[in-house]
Amino acid sequence: MVEIDNLGLDSVGIVAFISTFMGAVLCIQMAFNIDTPLVPLYTIGFVTRQSVVLEFSPTIISLILAGKVGSRVASELGTMRVTEQIDAIEIIGINPATYLIFPKVVAAVLINPILILMSMIMAIFGGWLAGVTTGLVASSTYIYGIKAFFESYDIVYAMIKTVVFAFLIVSISGYHGFYTKGGALEVGTSSTKGVVHSSIAIIVFNLILTQLLLS
Amino acid sequence: MIEAKNVSKSFGDNLVLDEVSVKFEPGKCNLIIGQSGSGKTVLMKCLVGLFEIDSGKVLYGDRVFSKMSFDEMKMIRQEIGMLFQGGALFDSMTVEENVMFPLSMFTNQTPAEKLERANFCLSRVRLENANKLFPAEISGGMKKRVAIARAIAMNPKYLFCDEPNSGLDPLTANVIDILISEITREYNITTVVNTHDMNSVIEIGDRISYIHKGKLWWQGNNESILKSDNPELNEFVFATELTRKLK
Repeated sequence: MVEIDNLGLDSVGIVAFISTFMGAVLCIQMAFNIDTPLVPLYTIGFVTRQSVVLEFSPTIISLILAGKVGSRVASELGTMRVTEQIDAIEIIGINPATYLIFPKVVAAVLINPILILMSMIMAIFGGWLAGVTTGLVASSTYIYGIKAFFESYDIVYAMIKTVVFAFLIVSISGYHGFYTKGGALEVGTSSTKGVVHSSIAIIVFNLILTQLLLS
Repeated sequence: MIEAKNVSKSFGDNLVLDEVSVKFEPGKCNLIIGQSGSGKTVLMKCLVGLFEIDSGKVLYGDRVFSKMSFDEMKMIRQEIGMLFQGGALFDSMTVEENVMFPLSMFTNQTPAEKLERANFCLSRVRLENANKLFPAEISGGMKKRVAIARAIAMNPKYLFCDEPNSGLDPLTANVIDILISEITREYNITTVVNTHDMNSVIEIGDRISYIHKGKLWWQGNNESILKSDNPELNEFVFATELTRKLK
């Protein structure tokens, strides 16, 4: 529960904030790009939903979480390593990797899908708010677009990506933190490596998973 | 008894321990002394299995510790208490939780029993009324005492102390020395202390092993060390004006 709180619930605010504003921007950009009456206005809602569900929430929010959660995990474990706290755990007779990293992986794999679902809802809401308040699209038209051509598999695809990305973020950052050698400078280096490597892994696995799940 | 037999350890091309053989006796404070970089800490980490040795053996009684798997080592590690140089207290836990941590991991005691044991260990190191404080809120000397309390929580047979006095004022350092010595005798523990503090050597050095350039250079006790004619040892022991005057 502590890890779920540290890795997930602490991120609710930033995820909600970014999602709402990105959803609003997506809606406005879409509205401005529809310059022909041949394209129905409900397309704004439809495209906002598809962009959010397929890519923005699972991938971009995971990249943001890689920065926030990844640096936290790597610096926490790195500091524990350089202050001999990990050695102390090992001396007591506990496998430190299992004791320290495994609960974080489980917590992230459980909480990230909830965060991403919340992000989807907030982004779609942000799009509705921007579209309606600026008069670019009527509320009923936007909502019609949100419901149009809905495939539940899109949500499954997004959740699979989210779980894989959550695993990558915590395990890669955890690895860099756990094997830190040196002092404060090296803790910073481990933290940076954790974020950079997990971000790269997310981008690469995004392509692989998309090819596997959508082609 | 703990015994290192022909233990060698190198890091890359740097040979840090060169066939070191040494015995550590129960009920005594066994000191490992030597200059910084002489290999003391590496020897201690080899003894507790934090470093894998290149050759030789580490024995706990008749059990060959250095050849054991992690799970086999686990049994012996439950008999080991260790005081790290910086205390190595868990930042996220209070003093009380730090002391109860090994009990929570390896015993089926009720919370009340664990708390009772933690309070006993904390009072043994003369640290009452600090239970709910976090490591960041206590002094260096208090951290060392909490670390000792955590180390003795499981009634260890073996106690390892890596430079227990580093960063402490002479008075507090002396309190820690006396505490380690008292606990060693009281529970008949095999205590191994890494130090380069000459006060500790004189105060609690029942058996002293001097490590120089990765080799066991000299062995004796806190009386014979002052009479030794070993030039390298004398250079280390009488390095300061004060100790030269004492001589």
